[in-house]
Amino acid sequence: MSHFIQVENLSKRFRGLAALNNVSFTVDQGEVLGIIGPNGAGKTTLFNCMAGTLPATSGKVTFSDVDVTGWTDTKLANFGLVRTFQLMRPFGSMTVLENVNVAALVKNKDHKEAEKIAKNVLERVGLDHYSHRRSRDLPTAALKRLELARALALSPTVLLLDEVLAGLVPVERAPVIDLLKKIRDEGTTLLFVEHVMQAVMQLSDKVLVLNHGQRLALGTPSEVSSNSEVIEAYLGDEISNA
Amino acid sequence: MSVSQVSNSDVDVFDLPSDSDRKMLLKRVAIVVGITVLVVVLAYWRTGGSGLLVTQAIVTGLLVGGVYSLIALGLTLIFGVLHIINFAQGALVTMGMYATYVISSNLGWNPYLTLVISIPLLLVFGGLVQILIINRSMGEAHENQLLLTLALGLLIENTLLLVFGGNPLSVRSGPETVYNIFGAVATQSRIIAFLGASLLAVLLFIMLQRTGIGTAIRAVAANPTGARLVGINVKRIYIITFAIGAACAGAAGTLVVPFVSIQPIAGEVFNVTAFVVVVLGGLGKVVGAMFGGLIVGLAEQFGGIFFPDQSNLLGVFAVFILILFLRPQGLFANAS
Amino acid sequence: MSIQTPMVDISPRHIWSDKNVIALLIGIVVLVPFPLVFGASQEAIAIRVMIIGILGISWNIMSGYGGMFSFGHAAYFGIGAYSSSVMLVNFDISPWIGMLVGMGLAALFGVIIGYLSFRYKLRGTYFALATFAFAEMLRIIVMSADALNAGVGYHIPLITESSWWLMQFPSGSPNYFWLGLTLLGASLLISILFVRSRAGQFVIAIREDESAAASLGIPVLKFKLIAISVSGAVGAIAGVFYTQYYLFIDPDLAFGASRSIEAILAPVVGGVGTIWGPIVGSSVLAPLTDITAALLRNPPGPLGFLEGRSGLDIMLYAILIIVMILFLPKGIFGTIKEKVSRK
Repeated sequence: MSHFIQVENLSKRFRGLAALNNVSFTVDQGEVLGIIGPNGAGKTTLFNCMAGTLPATSGKVTFSDVDVTGWTDTKLANFGLVRTFQLMRPFGSMTVLENVNVAALVKNKDHKEAEKIAKNVLERVGLDHYSHRRSRDLPTAALKRLELARALALSPTVLLLDEVLAGLVPVERAPVIDLLKKIRDEGTTLLFVEHVMQAVMQLSDKVLVLNHGQRLALGTPSEVSSNSEVIEAYLGDEISNA
Repeated sequence: MSVSQVSNSDVDVFDLPSDSDRKMLLKRVAIVVGITVLVVVLAYWRTGGSGLLVTQAIVTGLLVGGVYSLIALGLTLIFGVLHIINFAQGALVTMGMYATYVISSNLGWNPYLTLVISIPLLLVFGGLVQILIINRSMGEAHENQLLLTLALGLLIENTLLLVFGGNPLSVRSGPETVYNIFGAVATQSRIIAFLGASLLAVLLFIMLQRTGIGTAIRAVAANPTGARLVGINVKRIYIITFAIGAACAGAAGTLVVPFVSIQPIAGEVFNVTAFVVVVLGGLGKVVGAMFGGLIVGLAEQFGGIFFPDQSNLLGVFAVFILILFLRPQGLFANAS
Repeated sequence: MSIQTPMVDISPRHIWSDKNVIALLIGIVVLVPFPLVFGASQEAIAIRVMIIGILGISWNIMSGYGGMFSFGHAAYFGIGAYSSSVMLVNFDISPWIGMLVGMGLAALFGVIIGYLSFRYKLRGTYFALATFAFAEMLRIIVMSADALNAGVGYHIPLITESSWWLMQFPSGSPNYFWLGLTLLGASLLISILFVRSRAGQFVIAIREDESAAASLGIPVLKFKLIAISVSGAVGAIAGVFYTQYYLFIDPDLAFGASRSIEAILAPVVGGVGTIWGPIVGSSVLAPLTDITAALLRNPPGPLGFLEGRSGLDIMLYAILIIVMILFLPKGIFGTIKEKVSRK
C-alpha cells in the first residue's frame, strides 16, 4: 500500500560522515509527524533533504505517488510541499500584508484573488492587525506567525516546519500550538522538527525519533515516550518532563 | 598578547599555504604554467613564428606586471582586512604620479628619489580617508562602500584635473639606457620600476609575516572579533591598512612616472588591471596578487598579439571574464 | 541590498487610483507649458535631467528594486544609442523603430550576461564587477569595429524641419522637451507598472531574501532575468533620446564608465528603490553641471583662480555622493518617504 509520503532508505553523507543512514518512514495524509532526537541526531539533515535544500546521497522520497527525490525547494513548493525556516526570513522592507501577498501570488496570478487569500490567511493566523506594519519591525512571535502565514498562502498539502517554536518563550508557544492544531484540523499534513517536547506530544499523531542519523523509533507519542531506548538516548531528560 | 597562532584555514588570508594546501597549490600552479606555455606557443604561431615578438611580449608583460602586482597588493590588502573594494586605487596611483611631478619639477629631484615623499604622503592621505570617510560606513553593505570609494576616486581625479589641468605632463629621469634581454628590448625605467615594485612588495610581505603590526593586520583579516578580544585596536589597524594600501598605489605611481604621461585619468587603466589581478589572485590573497600581477601583465601583452587591432585591455578583460566565471574566488583561494 | 530601501507600497489596487500614476499625470500636465515659459538654455538643462532620469530609472529597476547592483549600465544605454544610429544612418530607418530594436537588443544582452553570471553563481560585488567588465568589453569591441564606425562614432544626419518620425527637431525646439517628457513619462509608467505587477513583487521579494522566495516556489532566476531585461530596455530609451538630441554618439559616450556612473548617481542621490528617487536625483545633478560650468567661466572674485578649468562639476558630484551615503543613505526622496510613512 502506498502512503501519502514515503521516505525510503534516505542517506546523506558528508565526506564519509553519515549524517543520515537509511532512514525510512511513511506519513499518511492529514497526519502530523513530529521528528525528534538528541542534538546531532540528523533531524535538520533529514528536514533539509526532504525540503529540497540538500540533495540526499541515496534513497527515495515519494509524495502523493510522485518521486520527488532531489527536487529543489522551489519545485516542491509549487507541488504543494512547503517549508518554513527556523530563522525567520521576512521580506523586511515589505509590509506584513505584502509579504503574504507575494506568496499568494505564486499560485494566483490575479491580484484581487491573491489579496483576498492573503487577508484571509492573516486573519486565520491572527496577524491582521499587523497588516500594514513593516515586517522588519515585528517582534519575534509575530515573525514566526508570518512565516506560517506565507506558507499557508500557498495552500500547501504538506507543511514542513523547522523548529517553529524555537526562540519563543513558553507563553508565546501556546497560541502557535493552537494555530498548528487548527491547520492540522483543516487537513494539512504536518511534519515538524521540534525540541519542545510538550508541543510534540500534544500535536503529533506519530513521532519519529532519530539518533546518530538512524531511525530509533516510530510510533505514537505515548509509545515513544515509554520506549526505553528513546529514553536512554535522551538520558531521561526531556521526555519525562513533557 | 599572543596573536602568533591566529589562523583559521578557511579565512587564511595572508598566511602561507599549509602542507595540505601545498599540494593543491602546486597542482594549480602547474595548470597555470601549462596554460601559459600553451598561450606562448599559440602566440608564436600567431605571429608567424616570430620568437622576437613573443619574447618581447613576455619581457614587457613581466616588467609592467610587477607594477600591477604592487598596486593590486594594496588593493587586496584593503579588501582582506576592511572588506572594501577600493575603487579609488587607480586615482591614488595618479596622486603618486602628480606628487612626483610637483617635487621633481620644482625641486629638481630625480623622480625615484621622490618615493621618500610620495610614500609617506599617501600613507597619511590614506589614513585620513579611512578616519574621516570610510570609517563611518564600516560594516555596511558592500555596495555602499563601493560607491564611496568610487566617489573618492572621482574626487581625487577631478581635483587633480582642476589643479593641474588636463594636459599631459612628463618627468624623465635622464637619457634612457636600453637593455637587451633575450633579444627583447627593455628600457631602464621599466626595469627599475619592476625592481622597485618587487622590492616594495617583498618588503611588505615580510612586514606582514614577521612584524607585530603585520601579524596584527593578519589577525584582523582572519577574525576581527577575535582580534579585538586579544586586545588589538581594530580601528587603528583599519587605518594603518588603508594607509598602506594607498601607499602601495602612490609608490607605484612614482615608479612609473619616467615612462608614462601624467594625466588625471592616467590611473584609470591601473584601476582596471588592479581589479583583474585581485580577482585573479583571490580577493584578499597577498601571494595571489603578487603572481596575478605578472599574469595580467602577460595577458595584456599577449592580448595585443592575438588581437592586434584592439586595445591591449581586451586580452585583460577576456582573462577577467574567464576568471570571474570559472574561478571567481581566484587562483590562490583555498580548496573549496 | 542595503543602499537602504524604504518601504514598498503597492496598496491601491486600481491603476488609475494609484497615487504614483496620478502624480505622474499631474506632473506631465503641469510641465507641458515649460518650454513656452522658459528659454532654450533652461530647456537644455531640463533635457539633461530627463536623459539622466530615464537612465537612472532603468538602473533602479534592476539594482534598486532588484537588488542586483549594476556597474555597467552604460551597456544598455549604448546598445540603444548605437542601434538607432546605425539603423538611421545606414538604412534610413526611423529612430522610433530603432528604439524598439535597441530595447530588444538591450534586454537580450541583459538576459545573456545575467544568465551567465547567475549560472556561475556570481553575486554582489562579483556580479557588479562582471557587469562592469561586460560594458567595458562592449566599448572596446565597438571602438575597433569598423562596421560600427569604430572610434569615430555616428553623426546623425541633420534635417531642416521638425520631424517626430525622425525624432529630430531644430536646436532649441520645444518639441525636444515634449519628446523627453513623453519618454520620461513612459519610463516612469513602466517602472510603476513593473513594481505593482506580480513580477515586480517577486523581484522585490527575491531582493529581500532570495532563499525565502525560492522556498515559496518563486522561480528566482526567471524573475531576476525579467528585472534585468526590463531595466535594460528602459536604459536603451535613454540612449536613443540622447543620440537624437545631441546628434552624435561614439563608443566612449555610449559605453563609457562615466555613463555607468551617471546611471548610479541619480538614484543614489534621490533614493534607491523608489519610483521618484531617480528623477529627484537627476533634477539635483543635471543643473549642477551647468552651474559649475557657469562658475568656471566667470568665477566671482576670490575664486578667480578657477577660471577656465574643468573638473569642478564631477568633484561636486563626488562630494555629494559621499555626503549622501554617509548621512542620507536612503537618498533625498527616500528619506522623505520614510518620514512620511512613519506617521
